[in-house]
Amino acid sequence: MNGPIVDARGLHKHFGALHVLKGVDLRVAERELVFVIGPSGSGKSTLLRCLNRLEEPSSGSVVVDGIDMLDPRTDINHARQRIGMVFQSFNLYPHMTALGNVTLALRKVAGKSRAQAEALGRAALERVGLADRAEHTPGQLSGGQQQRVAIARSIALEPRVMLFDEPTSALDPELVGSVLEVMRSLRESGMTMLVVSHEMGFARNAADRVVFMDEGAIVEEGPPAAIFETPAHERTRAFISQIQRH
Amino acid sequence: MSSWGRFAETFLNTKVMLKYLPDILSGVVVTIELALLIVVTGIGAGLTLALLRSLGVRPLNWLIIVIVDLFRSLPPLVVIVLIYFGLPSVNISASGFVSTWLSLAFVLMAFSEEIFWAGITSVAKGQWEAARSTGLSFGQTLMNVVLPQAFRLTIPPLTNRTIAITKGTALGTVVAVTEILGQASSAMSNSYNPSPLMMGAAAYLVLFFPVVVAARWVETRFAWKR
Ligand SMILES: Nc1ncnc2c1ncn2[C@@H]1O[C@H](COP(=O)(O)OP(=O)(O)OP(=O)(O)O)[C@@H](O)[C@H]1O
Ligand SMILES: [Mg+2]
Repeated sequence: MNGPIVDARGLHKHFGALHVLKGVDLRVAERELVFVIGPSGSGKSTLLRCLNRLEEPSSGSVVVDGIDMLDPRTDINHARQRIGMVFQSFNLYPHMTALGNVTLALRKVAGKSRAQAEALGRAALERVGLADRAEHTPGQLSGGQQQRVAIARSIALEPRVMLFDEPTSALDPELVGSVLEVMRSLRESGMTMLVVSHEMGFARNAADRVVFMDEGAIVEEGPPAAIFETPAHERTRAFISQIQRH
Repeated sequence: MSSWGRFAETFLNTKVMLKYLPDILSGVVVTIELALLIVVTGIGAGLTLALLRSLGVRPLNWLIIVIVDLFRSLPPLVVIVLIYFGLPSVNISASGFVSTWLSLAFVLMAFSEEIFWAGITSVAKGQWEAARSTGLSFGQTLMNVVLPQAFRLTIPPLTNRTIAITKGTALGTVVAVTEILGQASSAMSNSYNPSPLMMGAAAYLVLFFPVVVAARWVETRFAWKR
């Protein structure tokens, strides 16, 4: 049997005096979709950012697809290609077209020729339903379209796992569906995904597992139905009822 | 004589102008040489310092900030005089031309470093994160993602500064550089007539007006829809 794609153990993160992650253990199996929920400031983003080392963990270990991310000998730029990341604020490059956004790393990191990169880039845009927007700049796209381009930018590199940090929370409600649709089709194609989001409906019918974090630690985890309907901890119950009221 | 006639006789005296045209033209050549040297080395050095600063090495950054603030606070004329009269005392002699070039290049370096640095830091952190998360290195991110966005913001202040500092080539007269103003004022005192100064003014216009127009064009080229 293959090991987990993401294997984080005993992760601690301090920002100065602030202890943000307090010994987090998280494993994500191949093809698994894991949801991370928790109150603001509980360390969800920090956890994700420690996995691709955008943030340097204070201690602990992170192994992604068999690569020790914290080993100084690891070629971090090469390793990061295998870990897609999608941000709340899209972070598209405003001076490039959608296709330019998607092909940049293909050319500079994956070493593809311009023609190869464009073919792969167009295929990725096609997968997110934006083949006809390849020449548009981010400013000419809606929020939902921008986020789908951002997803295309990641999947074009054929990552082994995708990290989503609140991918829909900056979107107008009517645009959320198109992004969730893309995430659902990614899941169906077998992508391993770790998603920080409060889209409960999506979690309910797409997630294999929901992890509840509070104050830098995982409080409990389990199948969506169990976490949402019969949480074991009072803190989880309070959080769930609070987000359901919205 | 009409009043226009008197004015023309004094300020646009054809005989005087023809006589001193070669001098003014040689001044134009010197000014162009000086200006190009100042712009290329000054902006080049400023960009280099800003890039070094982006590496985030503390002691290096302090050094850069001290140098930059020094040259931003000294009047350019003081720098020219210091280099011209100061260097010989440490047994290095610099001609008026070289002193003017170095001084104004240092001043432009200082201002352009600050402008480039402001441009680099104004690029959202998320741009770095997105690029680095796809595996781009620090340098690749800087070159492909951050600098193109930074340049767009730096072009207007940078052209303003560049034009202002390059016009400072006129300060070279103080250390006997035969640039436009130097030629014009010596022609003026030799001919007892201000017409050469009018030619000098025209020469500055011909030199700098296209630069201003070109800067506008570059600004629109670098704009993109947000
Ligand atoms: N670079 C940083 N420097 C200092 N403190 C930070 C930094 N990044 C995050 N923090 C702090 O760490 C804590 C956890 O932040 P994090 O962004 O991981 O929380 P989160 O669970 O993602 O919250 P949210 O739901 O609001 O996005 C917060 O208190 C935050 O202020
Ligand atoms: Mg967050």
